[in-house]
Amino acid sequence: MATSEGTYYVPEQSKLPLWASFGLFLTVFGAANWINGNSSGPYLFMAGGLVFAVVLWNWFGAVINENMAGLNSAQLKRSYVWGMGWFIFSEVMFFAAFFGALFYIRNIALPELGGAIDDTATNEFLWKGFEASWPLMNTPAEAVSGDAATVKGPDQSMSFSQVGSIWSWLPFWNTVILLSSSVTVHFAHSAIKNNARRAFNAWLGATIVLAIVFLFLQVEEYLHAYHEMGLTLQSGVYGTTFFMLTGFHGMHVFLGTFMLTVMWLRSVLKGHFKPDDNFGFEAASWYWHFVDVVWVGLFFAVYIFG
Amino acid sequence: MAHGPAKGITRWLYTTNHKDIGSMYLWFSFAMFFLGGIFALVIRAELFQPGLQIVEPNFFNQMTTMHGLIMVFGAVMPAFVGLANWMIPMMVGAPDMALPRMNNWSFWILPFAFLMLVSTLFMQGGAPNFGWTFYAPLSTTYAPPSVTFFIFAIHIMGASSIMGAINIIATILNMRAPGMTLMKMPLFVWTWLITAYLLIAVMPVLAGVVTMMLMDIHFGTSFFDAAGGGDPVLFQHVFWFFGHPEVYIMILPAFGIVSAIIPTFARKPLFGYSSMVYATASIAFLSFIVWAHHMFTVGMPIAGELFFMYATMLIAVPTGVKVFNWVATMFRGAMTFETPMLFAVAFVILFTIGGFSGLMLAIAPADFQYHDTYFVVAHFHYVLVPGAIFSITAAVYYWLPKWCGHMYNEAMGKAHFWLAFIGLNLTFFPMHFSGLAGMPRRIPDYHMMFADWNMLSSVGAFLFGGAQVLFLYIVVSTILKGKKATAEVWDNPEGLEWTVPSPAPYHTFSTPPEVK
Repeated sequence: MATSEGTYYVPEQSKLPLWASFGLFLTVFGAANWINGNSSGPYLFMAGGLVFAVVLWNWFGAVINENMAGLNSAQLKRSYVWGMGWFIFSEVMFFAAFFGALFYIRNIALPELGGAIDDTATNEFLWKGFEASWPLMNTPAEAVSGDAATVKGPDQSMSFSQVGSIWSWLPFWNTVILLSSSVTVHFAHSAIKNNARRAFNAWLGATIVLAIVFLFLQVEEYLHAYHEMGLTLQSGVYGTTFFMLTGFHGMHVFLGTFMLTVMWLRSVLKGHFKPDDNFGFEAASWYWHFVDVVWVGLFFAVYIFG
Repeated sequence: MAHGPAKGITRWLYTTNHKDIGSMYLWFSFAMFFLGGIFALVIRAELFQPGLQIVEPNFFNQMTTMHGLIMVFGAVMPAFVGLANWMIPMMVGAPDMALPRMNNWSFWILPFAFLMLVSTLFMQGGAPNFGWTFYAPLSTTYAPPSVTFFIFAIHIMGASSIMGAINIIATILNMRAPGMTLMKMPLFVWTWLITAYLLIAVMPVLAGVVTMMLMDIHFGTSFFDAAGGGDPVLFQHVFWFFGHPEVYIMILPAFGIVSAIIPTFARKPLFGYSSMVYATASIAFLSFIVWAHHMFTVGMPIAGELFFMYATMLIAVPTGVKVFNWVATMFRGAMTFETPMLFAVAFVILFTIGGFSGLMLAIAPADFQYHDTYFVVAHFHYVLVPGAIFSITAAVYYWLPKWCGHMYNEAMGKAHFWLAFIGLNLTFFPMHFSGLAGMPRRIPDYHMMFADWNMLSSVGAFLFGGAQVLFLYIVVSTILKGKKATAEVWDNPEGLEWTVPSPAPYHTFSTPPEVK
C-alpha cells in the first residue's frame, strides 16, 4: 500500500525491486551458463524466469490496486505516461542499431568486399571472385572456396522480386494484418473512451486475433525459409540481418500480444478501465502501434527493397 | 505525516527513498572506484619499468579491460546517478523521484551485474581481455568463454541505466514545484535532463551491439565476419555510435556540478545561464554525429574523414562557451578556495587541457600518428579524471554537509585535493610525451626509450591512489563526527537544497516549496 503525503505521493517500502533484480540476474546468469554449455544453465535460467515472472505479476498487481484504490494522483499518472513514452523511445533506438547494421552492410561493407569502393585489393587478395549483390546469395567464403565454404548463402531470398504476384506473397498479407490490427486497437481505444465496454472487448479481442494470425504466419514463413529456401540464421549476412530484424520484431509482437491479452482479460474478467482512466490499456496500445511502425520499416527495408 | 526511515538492513534493501537510493549509488560507485583503481595500479606496477615483471601479458589485458569497464559503468555513471538521486528532487522541489520503486530496481541491478562481470576473473580462460571497447573479432572469434557473461552483464547494466534515465526525465519534466520553470532549473538539473536523453538514446544501441556479438559467437550469424559478408568495422560503427554520446554522458553532469560550485565560491551568479543550457544541448546533438573520429585509421573514404573531423571540431565551440562562462563567473568575484572550489577550478583548467588534446586528436591526418598511443590514453584520462572524477569529488565535498549534517575537515580536504592534483598530473601528463614518441596503449612491455615517462606515471598513479584512501577516511569521519553544519552550509549559496535543514530531512518537500 502507499501513503499520500500532503499533495504528493510517496510509496512505502517495497520488496519488489530487490527481487526483480535478483530474478533478472538469475535469468541472464542462467542464460549465459546455458549458452556456454554448463549443465546447470537451463535450470538457473528457468528459475530466474519464474522469479521474475512472479515479481512482475505482483508489481503490476500492486500498481493496478493502487490506482483502483484512488491513491494515484494526476501527477503520478503523468509520470507513468512519461515512463512508457521514453521506454518506447529506447526500443526505437534498439531497432535503429539493427536497421543501421543492415544499411551499413548493404551499402558499404558488401560493395567494399566486392572491390567497388577504392580498395580493390581486399577483393583481389582476400575474396577473389566475390561479387557484391543484395540479397546476398553467394557469400565471400563461397566465392573463394566453393562447396568447402565456412559460411554459405541461402538458395532463395525473401525479397519481393522472387515471387510472381503480390497476392500470393505472405509478407504482403502480414502487412495488411498488422496494419489492420493497429486500426482495430484504435477502435478499441475510442470505444473505451465512450464507455462502450462490449465494443471495447470486441475490438481488442479482434486485435489479439489478428496479432496471433500474424505470429502464426511469421512462424510459417520461418519454417518455409529454413526447410525449403535454405535461408537460415547461418546463411551469411543476408540470413543474419533477415532473421535478426524480423526475429526481434516478432519477439516484440509477441510481447505486445501478451500485453494486449492481459488488458483484454482485465476488461473481460474484472471490468477494469474507465473512460477517463485506462492508461494500462493505452500504454499497451502505444506499444502495439510502435511494433506496427517497425514492421512498416521492415516491410520496405527487408522485403520490398530486400 | 512524515515517517522516518525503517530500521535495520531492510531500510536499504526495500527502500523507495531517493536519498537512501542516492547514498547506495554513491557507496557502490566508491567501491567500484577502488576496485577499478586497484586494477589500474596493477597496470601501472607492471609498467613501472620495461620488461615483464609482475603479471602475465594476458592478465595485463584483462586488467586494462576490467579497469575501463568498471570505471566507466561501475564508478563514473553510478556516481552521477547517485548525485542525481540525491539532488534533483531537492533542486526542483519534489518529494522524491517520479517512480520510486523503479528507482530502487535501477540500483539493485548494478551489484548483481558487477558481481557477474567481476566473477569472470575467476572463470576458465580468464576475464574479458579485449579492451573496454571490445572490438570484434577480438571480442568474438578470439574471446575467452567468459565473454558471454560480459555480454549479459552489459545487458542488465543497460537496463538499469535506461530505467534510471527514464526516472530522471519523468522527475524533471513532471515533478517540478510550481514556479520552477525550465529556465529556472539549476544547471545540474538541466545537464542531467540532457544526459538522461542521451542514455535512453544510446544504451539500447549498446545492447544491440553486444547482442550482435552474442549471435556471432554462439549462433553462427555473420555481423562481424567478412566470410559471410559482414564486417568487423560495423562493430566499431555501432559501438562508437553508443560510445561517443557515452563520453558526454560522463561529462555533462560534471558541467552541471561545476556550474553550481563556482558561483557559490565566487559569490556571483553564474555568467551566461541560458548560453550554458544551449551549449549543453548543442554538445548533446553533436555527440550523435561525430562517432567515427574514433576510427580515422580504419580505412574510411576521405569524405567520411573530413565530415567527422569538422563535426568533431565544432564541439569545441559550445565547450568553449562553457569554459569562458566559468571564467567570466569567477572574474572579479569575491573568491575563496574551499575544497569543492579547488576541485572545481582544477576541473576547469585540466578539463580544458583534455579538451585541447581532443582537438589535436580530431585532426584526421594528425590522428594517424596519435591513434592507439598513450597520447589517446592521456587525452581521455584528462577529461575523465580531472573531469568526471574531480567533479564528483567536488560535488561530494559541496553537498556532503547537506547529506549528513556535518562539516568535513577543511585542512584534510585541501590535503586530499593537492595530493590528487599532483598525483593525477604526474600520472597522466607524461603520457602525452610517451604517446607522441610512439608508445602504444594496452601493451605490458615497452621500449627502453619510454622508461622515464612510465616510471613517473607509475609513481603518480600510486600517489593518486593513496589520495583516494584519504578521501575515504575524510568521508567516513565526516559522517561519523564532524562539526555541525548549518542549513546554508556555504556563504549564501543558490538553490532549494539550501533552504532545508542539514542533514536534509528524510522526506524533503511534503508540500511544494514556493519558487520565486
